[in-house]
Amino acid sequence: MSSQSQQDVEEIIDRSYEFGFVTDIESESAPPGLNEDVIRLISTKKNEPEFLLEWRLRAYRHWLKMREPKWAHVHYPPVDFDAISYYSAPKSLKDGPKSLDEVDPELLNTYEKLGIPLHERARLAGVAVDAVFDSVSVATTFKEKLSEAGVIFCPISEAIQTHPELVKKYLGSVVPYTDNFYATLNSAVFSDGSFVYIPKGVRCPMELSTYFRINAANTGQFERTLIIADEGSYVSYLEGCTAPMRDENQLHAAVVELVALDNAEIKYSTVQNWYPGDENGKGGIYNFVTKRGACLGKHSKISWTQVETGSAITWKYPSVILRGDHSIGEFYSVALTNNFQQADTGTKMLHLGKNTRSTIISKGISAGKSQNTYRGLVRTGAGAENARNFTQCDSLLIGDRCGAHTFPYIESRQPSAVIEHEATTSRIAEDQLFLCQQRGIDAEKAVSMIVNGFCKEVFNQLPMEFAVEAHKLLEVSLENAVG
Amino acid sequence: MLEIHDLHVTVDDKPILKGLNLTIQAGEVHAIMGPNGSGKSTLSNVLAGREDYEITSGTIKYKGHDLAELSIEERAQQGLFLAFQYPVEIPGLSNIQFLKASLNSIRESRGEGPLDAIDFLQLTKEKIKQVHLDESFLHRSVNTGFSGGEKKRNEILQMLLLEPSLAILDETDSGLDIDALKVVATGINALRSENRSFLLVTHYQRLLDHIEPDFVHVLADGQIAKSGNKELALELEQQGYGWITQAAKDNSQTSTQSYSVKL
Repeated sequence: MSSQSQQDVEEIIDRSYEFGFVTDIESESAPPGLNEDVIRLISTKKNEPEFLLEWRLRAYRHWLKMREPKWAHVHYPPVDFDAISYYSAPKSLKDGPKSLDEVDPELLNTYEKLGIPLHERARLAGVAVDAVFDSVSVATTFKEKLSEAGVIFCPISEAIQTHPELVKKYLGSVVPYTDNFYATLNSAVFSDGSFVYIPKGVRCPMELSTYFRINAANTGQFERTLIIADEGSYVSYLEGCTAPMRDENQLHAAVVELVALDNAEIKYSTVQNWYPGDENGKGGIYNFVTKRGACLGKHSKISWTQVETGSAITWKYPSVILRGDHSIGEFYSVALTNNFQQADTGTKMLHLGKNTRSTIISKGISAGKSQNTYRGLVRTGAGAENARNFTQCDSLLIGDRCGAHTFPYIESRQPSAVIEHEATTSRIAEDQLFLCQQRGIDAEKAVSMIVNGFCKEVFNQLPMEFAVEAHKLLEVSLENAVG
Repeated sequence: MLEIHDLHVTVDDKPILKGLNLTIQAGEVHAIMGPNGSGKSTLSNVLAGREDYEITSGTIKYKGHDLAELSIEERAQQGLFLAFQYPVEIPGLSNIQFLKASLNSIRESRGEGPLDAIDFLQLTKEKIKQVHLDESFLHRSVNTGFSGGEKKRNEILQMLLLEPSLAILDETDSGLDIDALKVVATGINALRSENRSFLLVTHYQRLLDHIEPDFVHVLADGQIAKSGNKELALELEQQGYGWITQAAKDNSQTSTQSYSVKL
């Protein structure tokens, strides 16, 4: 290692000491269950300003009056919220497996199939090896380039210390702490997440990815992300990773808030591949996420692209509030369920400003005994003159034991609004499969080709390298989908 | 090449083929004609290995293999090709990607390496000219939005590219205008060779104006009711199928009777 990068690494390590985050609180964790003392503990440990503690407490008090939503088309045993420990110091790498030999071979097998480089496999599996240092130094160069452009990209816990005025202004401005059961819980107890601020007129010089975020490991089950694009700025943010991550928490309730001011554009892409449970439906992550963007400024644009293949249960509706005149909201989604997975996902496009436009392209693929639901709301308010929406929502069934469901909600209070909805449901036609096989292509490859074709419109929206990975991911997720 | 002996096939427990015999030698072109419902498409599908077609008795030998033992893709890899009567659409999958996956799967099964991208593109461009399709069709989704004639030409393109040993063309002539028919026929004639065989399944004689078969068979009530040379096709064109199908029915009734007598 060169002395320069050695120095960088030391700098990073020093920095994490600076905020008292990793080492000095390592041994502490709160007892299971939630009360005001636990919230005070979280806030104190993170050295948070008073306003944030107050906000967390208001959220907690509100949460006590709320009930878990039951309207989603998913079934699971009740979550025992008293059994969860809401604060534990982030685990150090030392708690992870010592070498790849200690990692679940099934997981390694998947990494192999996804073509993930060897040193990356160790990092993803949480192995405490020196290889981690490499990614730290990559991250450092990355950070320098960003700060030259004036972009702030850091853990939200760090932003709370360094840019409290931005956090205070925008946290909860898109997803208020009263929003819904899981978002409210998140507001009370959120652990960490990403913070991004793009200054006026800046086009972020590279795609931002959690992958390169220092301290990204163990952000925990209540992740909170806030992205602000100031006037005339642009950012593309990539969340997640095609590789399944080691994670011991079953319940995940994250919140993501996006704010786009005048003429700003945010492109947010997700590939979600958490553990879906085994082929008998045991285990797996419950992913109850609230993602919402606000196009506050005129001519602003927010675009969500998601590829969802993981989790036992997914409950997720990345939405856009189109407040600024001429603002644009987009939602491109591929949700694939196999075995016993359940997904209830879709979007909300809330048109408030004049001449606002939204596009929804949703592709649901169900295989095995899974259930896949699209749920979408398009609403045009009284002031949304000439608002336009186009929705296309296609479902593909593989086999005859799975289900696909579509629940579109349309509410229009503006007579000049134009809302179009198209929906199709098809089975991977035996004819298509037969054609491929008759041309010498084996059934598994044929299914993957047909499914990838079905998802093409969404994959086209993904950044290039992500699209290639998504392709492979579908292939792996569909293994054994045809008998 | 192909030897079918006393083949009985049911679909949904309904007998369709009832003791069919047919032998095709390398280099021969056979035409199977017959009225609707006589079992022509069943024969094509059962040879290609489609599910839901159950062989209840009889044997099919293809290049010395028991065909029933081979999977659909293994048959294809062994050079058995079916041009579909109704080619399906696969939205989002580009034609060129599909052709490449197909050709390379077949090459791989023969232990040949995949064709590199440049060679493949060159080969494909050369073949697509022969079926008078624009190169833009390579980048469109498989059959999606193609006209009936374009779909059939696309089938012939696949055949030219894969160079099968036995090509079965299931009513490839149906729904074609005369120009498309000529293109299809030219494609087939271009591939005729002493080690390649064809089975043309057709309802009408007109395809045979452009492709001269070595043998013509009439399929009626699940059996080959009559075989002959190309003159037979002309005879059918003039007289229809009535005289043969009636004879076939009488024949099967006779055999039922003699069976009950034996009991």
